[in-house]
Amino acid sequence: MVRVGGTLVNYIWDFSAVFSHADLLILGLRNTVLLAIVSIAIGLAVGLALAALLLCQYRVPRYAALAFVEFYRSTPPIVHFFWFYFALPVLFNIEMSPFAAAVLALSTQSSAFYAEVFRGGILSIERGQREAGSALGMTKAQAMRRVVLPQAVARMIAPLVERSFELTKTTALASTLAFADLLYQAMMINSETFRPLEVYTLVALMYLILLTFASALARIGERRAARWR
Amino acid sequence: MNKPILSVTDLHKSFGPQHVLKGISLDVQAGERIAIIGGSGSGKSTFLRCINFMEMPSQGRIALDGHSLGSVKQTRAGETRVNYAERELCQVRARVGMVFQQFNLFPHMTVLENVMEGLVTVKRAAKTEAREVALSQLTKVGLSNRLDAYPSQLSGGQQQRVAIARALAMEPEIILFDEPTSSLDPELVGEVLRSIRVLADEGRTMLLVTHELGFAYHFATKVIFLADGVFHEVGTPEEVLKEPKQQKTKEFLRRFNEFAF
Ligand SMILES: Nc1ncnc2c1ncn2[C@@H]1O[C@H](COP(=O)(O)OP(=O)(O)OP(=O)(O)O)[C@@H](O)[C@H]1O
Ligand SMILES: [Mg+2]
Repeated sequence: MVRVGGTLVNYIWDFSAVFSHADLLILGLRNTVLLAIVSIAIGLAVGLALAALLLCQYRVPRYAALAFVEFYRSTPPIVHFFWFYFALPVLFNIEMSPFAAAVLALSTQSSAFYAEVFRGGILSIERGQREAGSALGMTKAQAMRRVVLPQAVARMIAPLVERSFELTKTTALASTLAFADLLYQAMMINSETFRPLEVYTLVALMYLILLTFASALARIGERRAARWR
Repeated sequence: MNKPILSVTDLHKSFGPQHVLKGISLDVQAGERIAIIGGSGSGKSTFLRCINFMEMPSQGRIALDGHSLGSVKQTRAGETRVNYAERELCQVRARVGMVFQQFNLFPHMTVLENVMEGLVTVKRAAKTEAREVALSQLTKVGLSNRLDAYPSQLSGGQQQRVAIARALAMEPEIILFDEPTSSLDPELVGEVLRSIRVLADEGRTMLLVTHELGFAYHFATKVIFLADGVFHEVGTPEEVLKEPKQQKTKEFLRRFNEFAF
């Protein structure tokens, strides 16, 4: 029951029209997952490289990476979607599919956030750990690989998962480029069935189930990475 | 006298404008046990850390087994500088063991893995061989029954004994101890000191920074009082701790023994 303007309205839920378009929703879910996974993968790789620059002892690469991170931290994601999709063709004559533009926008933005997580994780390991490694005769690279990273990764998992969830929800912006993600499919179904409550409730549920599932996986991973705690 | 296994010549160390070590020279013979005492902030840790290049000396030379470390370069201004290659420093550190005040065990590795780590990663020993060495060192410090424990499951005294085993596993020619008992509860100090005494009985060469003057007295073959960035007084434990000649040493010991009974 919903109260509208002081009177009680009996809304009759009816999912049948929506369910008849289930195939469209499944396709949307598939596209959303695909977009998220590709963007997360690229974002992690670029983020790792950025973190290396942020931790670099030379000033120029460090400041360049810092500027990149700052830029993405202080601009709204939808601007990046529009920029890659509409500005690149005009400026550089680079045409790309909505999917490619969305991947670019999402992965560059998240790489900036991932980089911060990587950097913070590595810096959070006490100096004594690295020193204990080098006191044994390890090279800097060995101390990083054997001592610092295994501990840092355990601390990074939770914030990385958090960022990835954020990214997965941001994939919905790809619908503004007419990419057939979950939200876009929902809008299509809605314009045919005029059942917005059912459509968007169902879509919200699908996001919820997707992310809950991912969250359970992440928790298992985190426990594995930090058995020693 | 034999050839020293460690020789420090005119060592200086500054942190920015702060001149901490002001020209220290020391020859260490094999089997010597040197206790270094001195006030807080006098540069005891800095001195130890320069020996295995955890800190880079600002000036001076360090020689291990007669080989001078680093290579001398002339700067354009005509000054001489000593350059060190990372490879050389890693080799030196593998030959000089260090035990830290805060233990610095690797928390993500078990006791056994901690002790095997240097052998496997640095010396590239086979796992089975490393395990054997680690096991015998852990037996020596009395922890062969906690092989699969993680450091977080051990007491401070146990952790420090693992750290000693970890350093020993590398078969270092010299072991540096930087206040190994200072962060331990008083009742745990004894077990760590006992482990160190076992090493003394084996005839190992050791440098120990400590505030445990009683232990220094029984343990050391030589005691050094560090003050104002130089070795203020050097001698046998008897000489430095019982009959100090320098006024500063006397005052330090008096302050230290103020509440002795
Ligand atoms: N990495 C560093 N950067 C700047 N200053 C430092 C650094 N390490 C040590 N110092 C300074 O050098 C001086 C000597 O420090 P050091 O740790 O060697 O003293 P210590 O004799 O070991 O003292 P304590 O008994 O408290 O351990 C101190 O004034 C300290 O502040
Ligand atoms: Mg100290």
